[in-house]
Amino acid sequence: MLINVPETVVADALRGMAAAHPELSVDVDNRVVVRRDAPVAGKVGLVSGGGSGHEPLHGGFVGPGMLSAACPGEVFTSPVPDQMVRAATAVDSGAGVLFIVKNYTGDVLNFDMAAELAEDEGVRVAKVLVNDDVAVTDSLFTAGRRGTGATLFVEKIAGAAAEEGAPLERVEAIGRQVNESARSFGVALSAVTTPSKGSPTFDLPDGELELGIGIHGEPGRERRAMMTAREIADFAVDAVLEDLRPSGPVLALVNGMGATPLLELYGFNAEVQRVLAERGVAVARTLVGNYVTSLDMAGCSVTLCQVDEDLLRLWDAPVQTPALRWGR
Amino acid sequence: MSDQDSEPVLDVDFFRRWIGTAAASVEREADRLTELDSAIGDADHGSNLQRGFRAVTAELEKAAPETPGAVLILAGRQLISTVGGASGPLYGTLLRRTGKALGDSAEVTPARLAEALGEGVAAVAQLGGAKAGDKTMIDALEPAVAALGTSYAAAAAAAEEGAVATVPLQARKGRASYLGERSIGHQDPGATSSALLIAALAETAGEGSADAESAGA
Repeated sequence: MLINVPETVVADALRGMAAAHPELSVDVDNRVVVRRDAPVAGKVGLVSGGGSGHEPLHGGFVGPGMLSAACPGEVFTSPVPDQMVRAATAVDSGAGVLFIVKNYTGDVLNFDMAAELAEDEGVRVAKVLVNDDVAVTDSLFTAGRRGTGATLFVEKIAGAAAEEGAPLERVEAIGRQVNESARSFGVALSAVTTPSKGSPTFDLPDGELELGIGIHGEPGRERRAMMTAREIADFAVDAVLEDLRPSGPVLALVNGMGATPLLELYGFNAEVQRVLAERGVAVARTLVGNYVTSLDMAGCSVTLCQVDEDLLRLWDAPVQTPALRWGR
Repeated sequence: MSDQDSEPVLDVDFFRRWIGTAAASVEREADRLTELDSAIGDADHGSNLQRGFRAVTAELEKAAPETPGAVLILAGRQLISTVGGASGPLYGTLLRRTGKALGDSAEVTPARLAEALGEGVAAVAQLGGAKAGDKTMIDALEPAVAALGTSYAAAAAAAEEGAVATVPLQARKGRASYLGERSIGHQDPGATSSALLIAALAETAGEGSADAESAGA
């Protein structure tokens, strides 16, 4: 591992991020990444956060057109309420703040506590929960569907709405709409090694893959002998479509889990587009790359989000962040 | 037991020692907690609680709270601010709500503590949406509260028993729930650390596991 000691990986990464991105204000001690021009007058603030290890999520998505601030926790551990309150008060212009929360018990509890504390400090807070992972079945008897790839869509599209000056209720409604219109499915080709443990968190032999994984090294729905990119695309896209049943065009995110080369991801995307064409699903835009990752895990996920004209326009709107930038 | 005397009262020093003993147990057992968590979670329960209890210990030194309730409220707040994950809010709420229930008396009776701890545990169950049998902290804490009327040693034994009894259960809450049936056969890390907290209480009261047998004699 390319680290000094496990205890400082998050702080070290934040120091490096600060050095690379002077347009961001990075508070290493308090673990908050804020766009330097915040608070922007009249604009709703967007705050997200979660365990570290999913980079560029969330810090890499801070900037004009997307998040106002991000709160990185320890590796795969939710941040604490103090971070979120600090972020919320830093970005609130008086127009209120939207918390974008991936559906994991820790994230939900900490953001709930933070919302109460921020409101005590006079910040109006709304929340959008992201829960797009179709691999979690019988979600009534679990912590519910996990938040994965759709987080990027929610952050980008709600971020664009906020940048246009939409009020808090509208930004929240758009965030919800994006989450409800998006589903994901992920596949691991290798297990993940956290800095503190130093060895793989589960045992995945060569020649096998794990279908329906999350982004924290937790094992998935089922294990099979290695499949081709074509077979994986069939399986993942069908799992998503079975649940989403889109009636219009979609955004496609073909996401790498961290250790899969872009060469393979593009090849995989060719197969994803083929299945979608075979199933009669029109693709409005496609994004390929490592965006919602799980440290050094090899593998991929597919997220589809059905969009209307308004959501597509917001997706296309300019964005200026370390990991996503276009337009303007 | 000390029943022949008038009922003993627990002062601020007792609560400081309880939290200090709990912090020491977390230090001692951190690797084991992390190991349990790597089977059905993400291998950080020990290190997260360690970070939290170290911060609690430092803050208790600095702030020197003057009542039992204040000790627990401060410890709870500190855990919420430093642990993260689900454990931070859950353990933080346990101690904070127990502390709030104790009010600002300088001394409390064991019966009062049992009642307050019951309120703390209920708050944890509500926050996490968990009930007995979901393979969580609650599986150690509820039996412990029920046994507190008997003795601290009985509560510690009940908590330990509750933690061990999570092994055959399928997780229905938290990250382990994603594993479905694959969570069966592993002891829940949260129930295990909860049992440590109750064992620390017994130890502080002089009813530690080592002298549990002689306490009943």
